[in-house]
Amino acid sequence: MSSRPATVRVAGGQGFWGDWLEAPYRQVTGGPIDYLMMDYLAEVTMSILQKQKSRDPARGYATDFITQMERILPTIAERGIKVTANAGGVNPRACAMALADVARRLGLGGKLTIGVVTGDDLLGRLDGLLARGHDLKNLDTARPLHDVRDRVLSANAYLGAGPVVAALQRGAQVVITGRVTDTGLTLGPLMHAFGWAPDAWDRIAAGTVAGHIIECGAQCSGGNCLKDWKRIPDLANVGYPIVEARADGTFHLIKHAGSGGRIDVASVTEQLVYEMGDPREYITPDGVADFTTIQLAQAGKDRVRVSGVRGKPATDRLKVSIAYFYGYKAVGTLVYAWPDALEKAKAADRTLRQRLKDLGLEFEAIHTEYVGVNATHGPLALKDADFAAIPEVQLRVGVRARDEKPVDRFTREIAPLILNGPPSVTGFAGGRPKPEEIVAYWPALIDKRMVEPAVELIEA
Amino acid sequence: MKRRRAVGRSKTVRLVDIAHARSGDKGDTANVGLIALQPVYYPLLVEHVTAARVARHFKGMITGKVERFELPNLRALNFLLHGALDGGGTISLKTDAQGKVFSTALLRMEIEVRT
Repeated sequence: MSSRPATVRVAGGQGFWGDWLEAPYRQVTGGPIDYLMMDYLAEVTMSILQKQKSRDPARGYATDFITQMERILPTIAERGIKVTANAGGVNPRACAMALADVARRLGLGGKLTIGVVTGDDLLGRLDGLLARGHDLKNLDTARPLHDVRDRVLSANAYLGAGPVVAALQRGAQVVITGRVTDTGLTLGPLMHAFGWAPDAWDRIAAGTVAGHIIECGAQCSGGNCLKDWKRIPDLANVGYPIVEARADGTFHLIKHAGSGGRIDVASVTEQLVYEMGDPREYITPDGVADFTTIQLAQAGKDRVRVSGVRGKPATDRLKVSIAYFYGYKAVGTLVYAWPDALEKAKAADRTLRQRLKDLGLEFEAIHTEYVGVNATHGPLALKDADFAAIPEVQLRVGVRARDEKPVDRFTREIAPLILNGPPSVTGFAGGRPKPEEIVAYWPALIDKRMVEPAVELIEA
Repeated sequence: MKRRRAVGRSKTVRLVDIAHARSGDKGDTANVGLIALQPVYYPLLVEHVTAARVARHFKGMITGKVERFELPNLRALNFLLHGALDGGGTISLKTDAQGKVFSTALLRMEIEVRT
């Protein structure tokens, strides 16, 4: 067994597919790191990728990852930085092949081992699982999956850090996964580097908390931070977060010297509570972290120490992320100007609703907001407002239906209001809104034993 | 503590002056993490910002119940607002389909604290 390092640095390089393209490059060149972790998968991303794969079997992964890797491959090869990313989507092997091509083109043929983690994709096994009594009930509504089975577009179990560790142990420098949890991409490197056992629950929980903090990129290092937001320096050059971990499970949150943003107890606390459920039970495939045990302390400028994290054993189930076709929606907007901006927008909404009703169109929902007045805080915002003084209001009406037809007709009822509705209206340059397919999310649980992660290696 | 109004031996405090917050989503549920700006404010949050009080605050904006969890270690409370997002995620027609700004909506709340 090789000697263990005193500290390991895992850098967050991407908080979602669409995050800052500059971040991975800055993380690998801005100072020393050991691992670069990149999260690409949101809840419905898998269904989009599944659709792409059904049209072209070579697609179905986060293509941005390849262009980002092309830029950093020479640096990570030179410095020995390892990468974990769930960019593989529903086609991790094709993603790995594309990366291998890029590596060869850059003259790194024979110098890059790519680990591919699969086994999360349950789409082809759904009927067998349902037939064997795994009903994949919706965690929120308790309905059985059978109700929407014929509309399912993708189904993926959340894998944990285990297969990431296995790939690293077998020598992978880049680990490409499908639906591995965001936190597993950080915990995996720490388990591998420090030799943490899968049942060292406190350390597993600590690595999970580390992963949770950096999984949204700069959202823990000054981005989207409310406390003293005006004084957060140089967001234009915001530093993405780095976990500097020790073998005992304590770690520091830091960022590269000279980068912008701020890492303090407030910025880290805001990220800790983001998307939180019961803080005593943060459940992942790897274990259960108790967020009420986390201790934070400022340990220097842009340096927060995290310690005390306690964990409990993993449950015997995995979460499954299922996407299914739900229906259609469209949103139309128009802008009304002073005087009486809000009254005009309200009159337009009444007119529009009357016309939709007279046409006999049936919707599951019609939702009206007045942007500039109540779109974000609803009725809470209306108490103190001086309505007469409002310079403009955007009327924003959304509709949703199971069928496309009423939604399509709705999109043709917005523009006429410009000439045949209330006055002082503008802001329609974008043209007619388009009906949009709704792919909805169906969370479920499955017996862990039904899912078998697999790891393979591909040499560039 | 900018807004003061004498009500007997108490004063009105708006949460935005004693706390910061971040919110997110899980399906049709929004979560709001409410964090004391100073350690001394945390007991005020625990005492006054109850689940029932938050449910009243968001009356008409959410269809389900409100749950509250305490994190004294972070001087934070976590609220789950069920049925807050018009179905949530891709189904929702709301501008704030992912509950990102329920955080500051909670910070509008006023509490009466003893002086």
